[in-house]
Amino acid sequence: MIALAHLYILGGLFFAAVAILSALDRANARRLRNAAFWGLLAVSFLAGDVIGDLGNGVLVLGLVALAALGLGQGKPPTTTPEERRESALKRGDALFLPALIIPAIALLGTLAAKETAWGAVLINPANATLVSLALGVVVALTVAMIWLKPPLLAPLQEGRRLMDAVGWAALLPQMLAALGAVFLAAGVGDAVGEIAAAYIPLGTPTAAVAAYCIGMALFTIIMGNAFAAFPVMTAAIGLPVVVAQFGGDPAIVCAIGMLAGFCGTLMTPMAANFNVVPANLLDLPDRNAALNGVIRAQIPTALPLLIANIVLMRFLAFP
Amino acid sequence: MLVLLGIGVVVLGFVLRANPLLVVMAAALVTGLAAAWSPAADVATMGAALTATLAAFGKAFNDSRYVSAVWLVLAAIGLLERAGLQERARILIGRVQAATVGRLLLVYFVVRQAAAALGLTSLGGHAQMVRPLVAPMAEGAAEARLGVLEDADRYRIRAHAAAADNIGLFFGEDIFIAIASILLIKGFLEQNGIIVEPLQLSLWAIPTAIAALLIHGTRLVLLDRRFAKAAP
Repeated sequence: MIALAHLYILGGLFFAAVAILSALDRANARRLRNAAFWGLLAVSFLAGDVIGDLGNGVLVLGLVALAALGLGQGKPPTTTPEERRESALKRGDALFLPALIIPAIALLGTLAAKETAWGAVLINPANATLVSLALGVVVALTVAMIWLKPPLLAPLQEGRRLMDAVGWAALLPQMLAALGAVFLAAGVGDAVGEIAAAYIPLGTPTAAVAAYCIGMALFTIIMGNAFAAFPVMTAAIGLPVVVAQFGGDPAIVCAIGMLAGFCGTLMTPMAANFNVVPANLLDLPDRNAALNGVIRAQIPTALPLLIANIVLMRFLAFP
Repeated sequence: MLVLLGIGVVVLGFVLRANPLLVVMAAALVTGLAAAWSPAADVATMGAALTATLAAFGKAFNDSRYVSAVWLVLAAIGLLERAGLQERARILIGRVQAATVGRLLLVYFVVRQAAAALGLTSLGGHAQMVRPLVAPMAEGAAEARLGVLEDADRYRIRAHAAAADNIGLFFGEDIFIAIASILLIKGFLEQNGIIVEPLQLSLWAIPTAIAALLIHGTRLVLLDRRFAKAAP
């Protein structure tokens, strides 16, 4: 059965290859720094379970130090724009097929693992989507290698080109997940609840709903992640005030509260994988600005939608 | 109350524009130290708290590796880009006369939201779809109508391609019962003694999904008007 452990080995080998190819890239003045960064990530994927909790902590310190010093941009060998245009004309729309193999296999694999006996034997149902996604990548790579006949190292070099384009932002979601665990253990949610109860006027259902939804959005803007904000704000205002004091339906309050947090995600550069990674991938000139082009395109949708969430929660959650 | 210092560190780091990875690490360590601090705490106690926090962060980081495993997909996307995937997308859209930027992004937005609502969150994404396909197609649609694009327009179109992906995903995925955020809500409520079915939660994500569809759909239709005005 293919499980998360195998995915980690595959990922570790990919990051290790990116690290080695980075070290050999003389066009990148910071090649050793890039090599160390992707190399540490490879160690985490390949040996994270044997180096102990403190070992992992020290490894993260190394990653953070390298990211703070600044990574370089590798220049892997690739095709010229003319060669790409020629190849696009020659190969036609069939070029889309390998790209569509990935989501197709991710979907079919997930369904098979959850709904069929043979699927559950092949793919661990607990992580079916991630494992199927990796299977899709492997199949798409195999098809593309046989069909396009690029140099053998091409997938690794092209992968490195895009990894360097994403840069340190690739690790932010994982770091935020880890921060959430530390916050939970330290009781940050309880502390926010005490403050909210003491200082925010929560005297009417409307005020409580507005405070909860706006709090979810603001805290998500700070944390960059609605998942991190949800336990804190719901323990602080959602359950004790909106649900317990005013009788709101907990399922409706929580479902809409999470979506109010998503409105915050649209407005923050801390949500790197949604707002900074695409700006990097799309070569936007203001990618490092606090309000880059992607965020500016989203704010006029996020603000009215936040108001819509407050209105919806106010009218739907109270019988 | 001292544990809130960690949130202060995040805000401060954000304001100072420090590297976000550094900010997150500092916030975690400050939170761990603040939780252990008392007037009686000596250096040895605080040192032990620092080590314990670093270990707790390391454990959580290791447990969350699956979040970063998705980058594998870049090897396949990069290989196809090498063979002209983006150029092919431009050629394809250049042939469709009816395609405008707004209509094209509207179609992608609706498909993305509907697919996410069915649990197909992997049908899309910035590395998989926006960079190689949607953004070049949208630029191609604008070029077919307006000829050469100003840089500012080109970047605005790209930003809107990314925005359509995000908004479609966020306000579609919670309609699916087995998505992480729904499972997080269910788990959180259970810890607090309230039992809800995932289906109840996903049902109440629908009103917001409709609101998102109306608000963002209207904006995308208006986006075409902006470019229509700019045309000679």
